[in-house]
Amino acid sequence: MTNDFIYTTYIKSTPEKVWQALTNPEFTRQYWGHDNISDWEKGSEWKHSTVDGKDIRIAGKILESTPPKRLVITWASPANKADESQVAFDISTAENMVRLDVVHSKLSAEMARGVSGGWPRVLSSLKSFLETGKALDTWAGHDRKCA
Amino acid sequence: MVAYYHAMVTNDDQVFKALADASRRKLLDRLRRKGGLSLAEMCEKHDMSRQAVTKHLALLEAANLVVTKKQGREKLHYLNPVPIHEIYMRWIGKFEQGRVAALHNLKQALQENDDDQ
Repeated sequence: MTNDFIYTTYIKSTPEKVWQALTNPEFTRQYWGHDNISDWEKGSEWKHSTVDGKDIRIAGKILESTPPKRLVITWASPANKADESQVAFDISTAENMVRLDVVHSKLSAEMARGVSGGWPRVLSSLKSFLETGKALDTWAGHDRKCA
Repeated sequence: MVAYYHAMVTNDDQVFKALADASRRKLLDRLRRKGGLSLAEMCEKHDMSRQAVTKHLALLEAANLVVTKKQGREKLHYLNPVPIHEIYMRWIGKFEQGRVAALHNLKQALQENDDDQ
């Protein structure tokens, strides 16, 4: 697939903390700005919603869940469920750091445009959040259509 | 293996060193236009030898600006913009982002036919 996006970042942290940061809304709201909600079991649903719970921006299913190593989810806007893509998070250790690979695949051209600016922001902010306890101003200057 | 990973752990010096070369920036430009290219595809339309491209890609990979994925026997290359975004966030504060973006858009509008669009 040529429409895949792959993002990699190295974080001074542990795989368990990175897993928590991706799956616990208390954390995602701090560096991502929204809640990631699910029980993160294979076959379950997940949603990416505003903190007040009123607006679900992205939703999908859990395809694979192996904490704290690998999480694969489907990704679609509730307004256009047919436009479904897939996100795989791979967490591995590299010396005293954690390597996080995010592969966003099966992307339509429209979704590719929407997420291409978003992931680098989210991952930079996640790194800052885990390393310093402070997230970045993740969405400053961004119109934030897709996430 | 340990030494290999050590080289992989990115820092700003590696990112700037990797970017301080026109050939490597060209390779990144190609990957920005189209991700998932094999080594053979990366070598097309370049006046660089396969050996030179391999060397540049290794440096870009060590700086975490390029990530690869194995597909069958081929290694596919992707642009990883996260380290550049980290540098951007370090020096461009949230209050400046709007103004910098406005200037960038103006520059793009004035250079419509620039290959870099």
